[in-house]
Amino acid sequence: MTDTSETGATRASRPGDGQEARGASDGSVPVLELRGLRKAFGEHEVLRGIDLTVHRHEVICVIGASGSGKSTLLRTVNLIEGIDDGEVLLQGTDIADPRTDVDAVRARIGVVFQQFNLFPHMRVLDNVTLASRRVHGVPKAEAEATAHRLLARIGLADFAQAYPDRLSGGQQQRVAIVRAIATSPELLLLDEVTSALDPQLVGEVLDLVRELGEQGSTILMTTHEMHFARNVADRIVFLHRGEVVEQGTPADVLDRPQHPALVEFLARVHA
Amino acid sequence: MTAPAGAGTPATAPAPSQIEVERRLYRRQRGRRSVVVSAVSTLVVVLVVWFGVVNTPGWAAVQQSFFDPQTAIDTFPQVLLGLWLNIRILVVASIGVAVLGTLLAVVRGLRNPVFFPLRMAATAYTDLFRGLPLIIVLYLVGFGLPGLGVFPRQPPEVWGTIAIVLTYSSYVAEVLRAGMEAVHPSQRLAARSLGLSHAKTLRLVVLPQAVRKVTPALMNDFVSMQKDVGLVSILGAVDAVRSAQIAQAESYNFTPYLVAGLLFVVISLPLIRVTDAIARRQQQREQTGGTV
Repeated sequence: MTDTSETGATRASRPGDGQEARGASDGSVPVLELRGLRKAFGEHEVLRGIDLTVHRHEVICVIGASGSGKSTLLRTVNLIEGIDDGEVLLQGTDIADPRTDVDAVRARIGVVFQQFNLFPHMRVLDNVTLASRRVHGVPKAEAEATAHRLLARIGLADFAQAYPDRLSGGQQQRVAIVRAIATSPELLLLDEVTSALDPQLVGEVLDLVRELGEQGSTILMTTHEMHFARNVADRIVFLHRGEVVEQGTPADVLDRPQHPALVEFLARVHA
Repeated sequence: MTAPAGAGTPATAPAPSQIEVERRLYRRQRGRRSVVVSAVSTLVVVLVVWFGVVNTPGWAAVQQSFFDPQTAIDTFPQVLLGLWLNIRILVVASIGVAVLGTLLAVVRGLRNPVFFPLRMAATAYTDLFRGLPLIIVLYLVGFGLPGLGVFPRQPPEVWGTIAIVLTYSSYVAEVLRAGMEAVHPSQRLAARSLGLSHAKTLRLVVLPQAVRKVTPALMNDFVSMQKDVGLVSILGAVDAVRSAQIAQAESYNFTPYLVAGLLFVVISLPLIRVTDAIARRQQQREQTGGTV
């Protein structure tokens, strides 16, 4: 069956839908492109026509009040939530298509959650190598070498054989990030990765995210850390009641907000 | 005795304060008192029961027919040989129950509407076999199935094993299903997000955590099954119980039954202790702060 990550991409240009050339206007296909994305839970419309483009090597921070649809947006990209209308294009392929091999798509996207969600019954090393070995078929030795290298980079080499429960929240979250990047995903989704951490642990996680961004990872993240967004994001997207009401460089969005909702949001966040 | 030993204090630790010394003294006194109280009360209960039983009017006759040392020694090899069959059935049945029970639990947990008929079948199966007395299943399988005349001839212990697997996998399936539902949905979410398929998520993430959560309940079913294996004797298989029955018929003495019973307890004990120890070790390494 279709179980390799390449299959998802070859499904892109299905003859007849006439959209093979999408995203090629600026010369390169964006890693992710959302077009008119809509999602409702019952009567409640959470996403009301989202258009968003994420280019390679871009770090994009999505900001907005609770309930603005930030998390739902990330969940639709990872196909955890189905969508009601619109398109989700991953490297030009519409992955919202019901014929999509969801496992193949998810294997190409790294996700980190607010609550870490490490596997408590596996050692740190096995957490990190699980996807490489079981999804991508990387040999054990090679996967473990990669994992050891990544763990060493985040200063947790000594914890490879430990179980996640022995680690602090910040350490667990950094392991979760390493688990997500161990398979070199095309896109990294970070959903409020510091919201469950003690204030003094937030820094170590954000430093790692910053480092990944500088090394060229493509990151779409939701965050409440405005200071971090200002310093690291290439672009900030403000979501308000399920719509992108403003986006641009950190300076534009944070210092010269136009939309009244953004002005109000920033006033409350800075207070 | 200025520094009490055995309190777990490293050699480099400073001498305990006056208050701590006093506390330790108090704890030691309390400890000694508890030991004395429990020892005395245990002794009293044992003595009361012992004299109560020994002074019953029929004790001499009961002692003769149930607790005859010579009969016990004479029939022990025979019963032990029968027990070997129980152990073999137990091993095979455990594997069968593990496989069938897991399969049933997984099928019952399927959400996709496509699997509705399969899910219904699994539910009906667990409902039926948890309700049916094992002895009736044994009769149906042990005498009914061979009676159909389509299966090759099998010794009674084979039919008995099948009956036990049928019954116990329905219990184990329910226990495992409870364990799988107790695994937090965020674990499935994380696994699926890594690209693991539904099947791999179950096998690598959900089931290992589910089994850890329900190990005591599974052990309970295992020990229960361990002694129910003795019921294959009603099909004519010469196991420990049947051997005891034969010995009883020869000696007109019930002591062989007691021998068989004690042997069942003896083989279940190490299993219980070993799984307790394994569960404790897993908990210690995977969970911090597990003392309360």
